[in-house]
Amino acid sequence: MVTKLPKVDVVTVGVGWAGGIVAAELSKAGYQVVGLERGGEKATEDFLHAHDHLKYEQRQEVMQKLTNNTITIRNNLQMTALPVRSEMNYTIGTGVGGGGSHWAAQTHRYFPYDFEIRSKTIERYGGEKIPKDMTIQDWGITYDELEPYYDKFEKMAGISGEEDPLAAKRSNPYPNPPLKRTPAMKLFHDAAEKLGYHPYVIPGGNMSQTYTNPDGETLNACHYCSFCSGNGCEIGAKSDPVVTVVPTALKTGNFELRTYAYVKRVIYDGDKATGVLYVDTQTGEEFEQPAELVALTSFTLNNVRLLLLSNIGVPYNPETGEGVIGKNYTDHHNYLGATGFFNEEKFNLYVGSGILGETFSDFVADNFDHSDVDFIHGGQVEIRQLGLSPIVNNNVPSGTPMWGKEFKKQSLFYFNRTPLVMTQKASLPWKQHYLDLDPTYNDDHGDPLLRVTLDYTDQDRNLNKFLTGKCAEVLKEMGADIIEEHVMPDHFSGAANSEHSGGGAIMGADPETSALNNYLQMWDMNNLFVCGSNAFPHFGAANPTLTMGALTYRATEGMIKYLQEGDGLLVKAKSTKQNS
Amino acid sequence: MPEKHESEKNKIVSRRSFLKNTGMVTGGVVGGAVLGGLLGNPFKTETPQGDPEKKTDFHEQTPVDYSETRQFFKRKEDFDVLSMATERIFPEDEHGPGAIGLGVPYFIDKQLAGPWGINADDYMKRPFLTPELNQLPQVPLNRADIFILGVRMLNEVSKTDYGDAFYNLEEERQIEILQAFESGEVKMNKVSSAFFFGLLRQSTLEGAYSDPMYGGNKNMEGWKMKEFPGAQMSYTNVVEEEEFLLIDPVSLKGHH
Ligand SMILES: Cc1cc2nc3c(=O)[nH]c(=O)nc-3n(C[C@H](O)[C@H](O)[C@H](O)COP(=O)(O)OP(=O)(O)OC[C@H]3O[C@@H](n4cnc5c(N)ncnc54)[C@H](O)[C@@H]3O)c2cc1C
Repeated sequence: MVTKLPKVDVVTVGVGWAGGIVAAELSKAGYQVVGLERGGEKATEDFLHAHDHLKYEQRQEVMQKLTNNTITIRNNLQMTALPVRSEMNYTIGTGVGGGGSHWAAQTHRYFPYDFEIRSKTIERYGGEKIPKDMTIQDWGITYDELEPYYDKFEKMAGISGEEDPLAAKRSNPYPNPPLKRTPAMKLFHDAAEKLGYHPYVIPGGNMSQTYTNPDGETLNACHYCSFCSGNGCEIGAKSDPVVTVVPTALKTGNFELRTYAYVKRVIYDGDKATGVLYVDTQTGEEFEQPAELVALTSFTLNNVRLLLLSNIGVPYNPETGEGVIGKNYTDHHNYLGATGFFNEEKFNLYVGSGILGETFSDFVADNFDHSDVDFIHGGQVEIRQLGLSPIVNNNVPSGTPMWGKEFKKQSLFYFNRTPLVMTQKASLPWKQHYLDLDPTYNDDHGDPLLRVTLDYTDQDRNLNKFLTGKCAEVLKEMGADIIEEHVMPDHFSGAANSEHSGGGAIMGADPETSALNNYLQMWDMNNLFVCGSNAFPHFGAANPTLTMGALTYRATEGMIKYLQEGDGLLVKAKSTKQNS
Repeated sequence: MPEKHESEKNKIVSRRSFLKNTGMVTGGVVGGAVLGGLLGNPFKTETPQGDPEKKTDFHEQTPVDYSETRQFFKRKEDFDVLSMATERIFPEDEHGPGAIGLGVPYFIDKQLAGPWGINADDYMKRPFLTPELNQLPQVPLNRADIFILGVRMLNEVSKTDYGDAFYNLEEERQIEILQAFESGEVKMNKVSSAFFFGLLRQSTLEGAYSDPMYGGNKNMEGWKMKEFPGAQMSYTNVVEEEEFLLIDPVSLKGHH
């Protein structure tokens, strides 16, 4: 039996970053919002006893358990997809705050090139530069249009940072100065500069000082304690929905947070969403929550799965390239680089925070001439000082056995002598990479799991080789004695440890080739907004959340407009036929 | 990488058959002596340090560590094989204690007795099909089952090939056997020996370096060897420090 509840203005499916932003903005505007969150509540004091690598990193305390729900993965249409089974191989947030509680909080803006990638690539290099079946397309929005919302997210989240000398124009400086610099960061900085690059301190949501955001939420200064990415912050020094947008929404009195509420379906009548169906995961009771407007804010993979399970939108067909739900799926989890072993220097590598590090953008987007390279876009080269976990950081020069006497000796010796230099690379979409429902594996409700079809391509291999080479070049200049470039596996395994999944319900200017308009409003269902990096037509070089959050802030303006003006699309559809 | 594995495999096989053929399987005596040094005397039944029944002067009594008692492993033989295998993976040396000295076997025992042992957080629904290309492992057994199968197979291989229990063999033999597991060369039922070895290695390192509240990393010796300061609350004063700072570790208990 399903209990039908009283109708509200807005319901959000999930209360992580996107759900928290929607809740805050819509409740501030006076609308009644209900947030349905499958997990429990969280508070900063939960993390006072959390300096524990076994519990948080190895056993993934704050992450979704795979017991009942995971993804399946195959590399091509011929293979049988198999589930990712081990909790260790799949990190995705749950509970209030979602991934926003345990993220590292690194926030770079995407480049103007990203938003007009197809047009700008053709303009500079000609159409032949884009390989057949690479389905990059313009986003239906420009950097300049999104800039005010980048600014809004950065202020809400109290981003500490130094300006990237190569980045596009900003309307305002970062709200907080950059974090302190460690000796390893300085070494990286000098080396990169000597090589002619433009290094800067990584921006993100670890506070360099006490900060009060425009909503009146106060965040404390970071202690560099190192239990950051994969953990929550016990002193509220990391921007997290739990200390920002969620309390902002709650204090309006217009927001009701319902935990242990797992949404199974979006309910609709014709082309109007009427609400959602959810189950109380503690009792098994089912409820219908009617709403004027439904916001899917349950993270990329859940958002796309809910659309498919609810039969909304035209599913993508990888043979024909037609349809939109599941299209342009990209995976960013391929962080390789180079390991530098320093025999003389020792660094305090146990110190760290989620964002602590430096990077340069000389090889990102179209910041360099791609005429002579066999890939497009690029990636950033970063030194990251997250604070080493002694369990998993056991670097030894290759040729050393991976256990036993020599392993112990070398791994002890090199523990504080191998600073991390890595790259984050753009991940571009292909015709044959997509999401759909798995034909074999189900969750406990009997609903099919989401199936991922994706593999590495020459674009990835060439780009990776190029960038790991740059990492090695920098490490050499830094004075590393032994340098080993990381080798990319031949095929994508499906393992995903940082919620960097994009596409599947993408934005664009044309309903033929996109599921959402640039307000993240479904072309096919005007009162359904799908907020998440599912909206990215491709994955830029940097982490997704800032761009996702900026798009969601912009979407909330669209939601308010929709609720004020009633029925209708917020953007006129254009026929672009970019991909043919 | 694959080539390296191949040649290692051949080396192990040929060395082992050489030993077999020449009858040089003397592991029992030597191995026992080595082990004796590490474990106290492993052939006696376990006696806790300090007997709770014995009335002594309060001040002389050493506290009994009641938590160092097997929860998961029913058979002592299995536990002794496990202990020796972890010690080979993380041996005692001039830097400090090995896995046994750090309490790693008890750490693993406790982990296997809990949700991790029954893969409570993993997707364990059928069917379990064979992975292709780089697809992730599909193993129908839980970790508890895998450890039991694995340590028994370690012992079986030891007995068949060298005529003695794993923990009685010479160190070199033990290493060879573990290498054969690592490379997946030893045939096991329902799970590969390489998968078992991977779990064994991972949990050994977890036991060496986790907070001591879990039963390993005794006295934070693992952290001390690694020059890792443990569960500190703040490094604000260290972050810009140019010199390497050796900081005494603290554990979560130290927070209370
Ligand atoms: C270890 C780690 C480090 C990271 N570091 C960074 C970083 O440095 N920079 C960066 O930009 N990004 C980072 N990320 C990614 C970042 O966490 C995500 O991009 C971000 O949280 C996505 O926001 P979201 O609102 O889309 O999803 P989430 O924040 O995950 O929120 C989704 C919420 O929906 C809930 N939910 C899901 N399904 C349902 C359902 N059916 N019914 C009800 N509720 C549901 C979930 O429980 C969750 O609370 C990191 C992630 C991880 C795991």
